Amino acid sequence: MAMKEMTEPGAIMRSELGRVRGLGTARSGAGHWWAQRLTAAALVPLAVWFVLSLLAHLGANGVAMAHWAGRPWNSVLLLALLIALFRHLALGLQVVIEDYVHDEGAKLVGVSVMKGVLVLLWLAAVVAVLKLAFAA
Amino acid sequence: MQDVREALMAGRASDGKAVRRPLSPHLQVYRPQISSTLSILHRITGVGLGVGTLLLVWWLVALAGGAAAFAGVQWFVSSWVGLILLFGWTVALLFHFCNGIRHLAWDMGYGFEKQAYHASGWTVVAVSVAASLVIWAVGLAVW
Repeated sequence: MAMKEMTEPGAIMRSELGRVRGLGTARSGAGHWWAQRLTAAALVPLAVWFVLSLLAHLGANGVAMAHWAGRPWNSVLLLALLIALFRHLALGLQVVIEDYVHDEGAKLVGVSVMKGVLVLLWLAAVVAVLKLAFAA
Repeated sequence: MQDVREALMAGRASDGKAVRRPLSPHLQVYRPQISSTLSILHRITGVGLGVGTLLLVWWLVALAGGAAAFAGVQWFVSSWVGLILLFGWTVALLFHFCNGIRHLAWDMGYGFEKQAYHASGWTVVAVSVAASLVIWAVGLAVW
């Protein structure tokens, strides 16, 4: 397998024989499938870290919480969590919409609106973390 | 245009009359099984956690917005509604987390035998419920 294909997520999961015979995904399904798994694997340690961090700060006031979020490694891990989580969520909700909405137009609108809303929420959360990181 | 899969639905009743074959399984009469139940629960908890992400965004934006904004989100999460939602999200997160690891194991080719996926399914249920209760017991004791 060529190096270029190794670095492209999804390409790894399609065999060359399958591609030549025209088997498997019609469009970008392999990339979607692979990204869903990759973000899931990234979320395993990130979710554990986040939940344990919250437990360790139960009852903490806003100043202490903001200080915690603004520490360099905590900001980095929060941003990593937001990237993996929103990507995973967008891929998951896309599958749910595609499974239950059968009209092609409504499906396109539904997936696009969902992704647009998620991008706005993601940007808001990222800006908040950056603000905390640079304020500290 | 009619879906080509409609061709598979053509069938005949015992009296020879042409009928549209019923879809299987009939969810209304199908006995729930650990495999199918956890499968749909994975999707339901995933969507639920997506809604929970709104709280995560609100929390981060409020944290960056100063004391008054943070007091608002603190008021919400410590209200009865907030606590019930937080407990629901704890259970949903732990279930989706444990069952997600089960999915990753399947993707690597492990655990497809009937006994293995029944055992892993019940393990996921037990671990996610027990861990939720432990987290909340510790949390309420500390808080």
